[in-house]
Amino acid sequence: MNRPRQSYEGVALVTPVSTPYQRYSIETAHWWIAKALKGSLDAAGLKPADLDGFSVASFTLFPDTAVGLTQHLGLSPRWLDHIPMGGASGVIALRKAARAVQSGDADIVACVSGDTNHIDSFRALLSSFSRFAMDASYPYGFGGPNANFALLTDRYMHEYGATREDFGRIAVAQRENALKNPNALMKKPLTLEQYISARPIADPIALFDCVMPCAGSEAFLVMTVEEAQKRGLPYATIEGAIERHNAHASDLIQLRGGWTVDIDELYEQAQCAPTDIDLLQTYDDYPVISMMQIEDLGFCPKGEAAEFVRTHDLTISGDFPHNTSGGQLSAGQAGAAGGFIGLVEAIRQVTNQAGSTQVANANRAMVSGFGMINYDRGVCSSAAILKGGAA
Amino acid sequence: MTTPLTPPPKKNPLKRSLTPTSPPGVRSRATLGLTAAAAEGRFMLQTCAECSTVQYPPRDACCECLSVDLPWNDISPTGTLLAESTVRTSTNLYFRERAPWRLGSVHLDAGPTIICHVHGDVAPKSRVILSNRLDRSGQGVMIALPEQRTPDMEDDPELRAMSSDPKHRRVLITDARNPNAPTLARALHDAGATMIFVGESETWLPNPQRDALSAIPGVEIMALDVTNTTSVKELAGEIGGKVDILINNARFVRPGGAMARGDVAFAQNEMDVNYFGLMRLAQAFGPGMCARTADGVNSAVAWINILSAYALVNSADYGCFSASNAAAFSLSQNLRNDFRAAGLRVMNVFVGPTEDDWHQELPPPKVLPPTLARSVVQGLRHGLEDVYCGDVAKDMIERFRAGPKILEREMTTGGQG
Repeated sequence: MNRPRQSYEGVALVTPVSTPYQRYSIETAHWWIAKALKGSLDAAGLKPADLDGFSVASFTLFPDTAVGLTQHLGLSPRWLDHIPMGGASGVIALRKAARAVQSGDADIVACVSGDTNHIDSFRALLSSFSRFAMDASYPYGFGGPNANFALLTDRYMHEYGATREDFGRIAVAQRENALKNPNALMKKPLTLEQYISARPIADPIALFDCVMPCAGSEAFLVMTVEEAQKRGLPYATIEGAIERHNAHASDLIQLRGGWTVDIDELYEQAQCAPTDIDLLQTYDDYPVISMMQIEDLGFCPKGEAAEFVRTHDLTISGDFPHNTSGGQLSAGQAGAAGGFIGLVEAIRQVTNQAGSTQVANANRAMVSGFGMINYDRGVCSSAAILKGGAA
Repeated sequence: MTTPLTPPPKKNPLKRSLTPTSPPGVRSRATLGLTAAAAEGRFMLQTCAECSTVQYPPRDACCECLSVDLPWNDISPTGTLLAESTVRTSTNLYFRERAPWRLGSVHLDAGPTIICHVHGDVAPKSRVILSNRLDRSGQGVMIALPEQRTPDMEDDPELRAMSSDPKHRRVLITDARNPNAPTLARALHDAGATMIFVGESETWLPNPQRDALSAIPGVEIMALDVTNTTSVKELAGEIGGKVDILINNARFVRPGGAMARGDVAFAQNEMDVNYFGLMRLAQAFGPGMCARTADGVNSAVAWINILSAYALVNSADYGCFSASNAAAFSLSQNLRNDFRAAGLRVMNVFVGPTEDDWHQELPPPKVLPPTLARSVVQGLRHGLEDVYCGDVAKDMIERFRAGPKILEREMTTGGQG
């Protein structure tokens, strides 16, 4: 049996920063990461030299890694991490940074993710994504993640009777949320009719099921609660956090993620139940994946997420606030920052700093991550429950 | 239902031919096992030697038990289509030009889930048979086919892109004097080839096969001497733009090794026809064919060399002839490299001793022209690279794989073994 999970007590998440995204950028990942890092440090009243821990997630830093970034950005951390886990990277960066702070390996860790998006860089990224993708998925139509998720969506619809309208409800609600987020790339309202009649991309996936690749960055700082209080910073605490990789390898096709393995322990660690969650930030590279998370995180039984989204209002003011900044579907997918967008928004929400997207009385938020279609399914999953601390 | 291909319209010379593009062709070393199997039309996957797990995608260790002993075995190709998609837009030019493109996820009865191309006649969520094919990048890929044959199924655009089907295509057979020429030409006509050019050397001399050839619809006999660079270039200038499949059946054969002969005269003839002949043809016809591999229904698609199986290992009784074929085989591998970017397939048909005067002293089995013609047409339809024609060639490749050195001893003991 597993030993009991240690709590994340005493760890504070502060100064969430989202750099406004751009569809295309002539700048580099280094530039975007620096911008978010500076934003977070400035908000905390810290200088780069005050930082002794640094965690980075990015796809477009090549040939650099976190190592190259330390010299590039003039940092001298005593704790350094690089998280190559795409959509799961935010929560995983948080888990590791929190333990570093708890153990005293670092006092202040910056968790940053950022990617640029040049003309044609998405294609270049796809071509070298993973060995299995190169060997066994891209030679088949080269549809990229669209094609992979089209297969999962097709099977999900077949197994559980979900319809395009059901997926559309998620996309439409997120667009409504995005219209309240001045930094979201999508500025126009989206109707269910527009969603349904959109240009097909990889059946059954159409245009509004797909995220828009863009440039952007996200950051937050991890420190002790004591330090956050001393500096007068609004902070969030980690009630529980999980990650899992390559779960359910014998499932023929992915209809569930690794969350199902660990979810009970997550709620146990957080001492709460799904009904106690005030808002949910799922990893929404495609609506079907958000549905999978709504099920696997315990908000409804397996196969019933379609019914769940039919009977719940997923907007900021609704009974189930979901992806309140618009998520990747409407705010944009800035590479690995897509693994941070929900987490950074959740920190803002529970610390009452979300401004125009603020959910009323948001005390407890759940964030989940999903990443890396290595061959036929997403391999990494992660989730965390955050709570607002007293500033 | 597959829509049958219609004969292509006459080419408008003012219109630009599509520049050939390729599907993604980079593979890990492990995955090249799929390519090797596809080259000869086999369906093989990695099977763990320790725990018997069949796994895919190919790996460097078993995902069940971490064994690194992962031989490739023939596997039953049956399975069930779990899910499908039709890709309508791709960042890859090859698929972009060919969209929409159907693909799917198949649960193979043997275990793994396989992302594959899907034939248009496969019903959703139905039983399928996977076929392992070479795509136009020259790498092995899998396509799900319906369990039962359907009408005109070869005309499915995805399947056709993974074959070298002669239907609606134009063929050049290089040697009208080879006894196999009429049977080859007839088989290609029957397989739907629209024009069959047949090269004839020394046209002023009688050719007993001319009548049989001329009787086949679509056959046109053209002057061609593969030992004469000018002759090869002249024919390429005349018909090079409409040769979609080139079959090099020219051959010079005499028994004997180096020590059985007093000079190099025959060996020079052997090299001139069997090796330099191939090179002259490649230099004259290769560039034109490579430029036309994306040219619609009758695009250039394959280059076929009829080689002696003795190209693999020297046969003592035909020592010098074997050497010339080994040279041609080696050159064909070099041509594969040069033709790969265009997607022009080089198919080698390795043939055992043929039923003709020069192999009169050998005991049966010997390869008759209909057997060879069948191998060629089947190889084209399946888009193969390596075809072993006849019992002797099949026996030889099996022994070659078991141990080339042992086969060398078996082949060179002068019949005393």
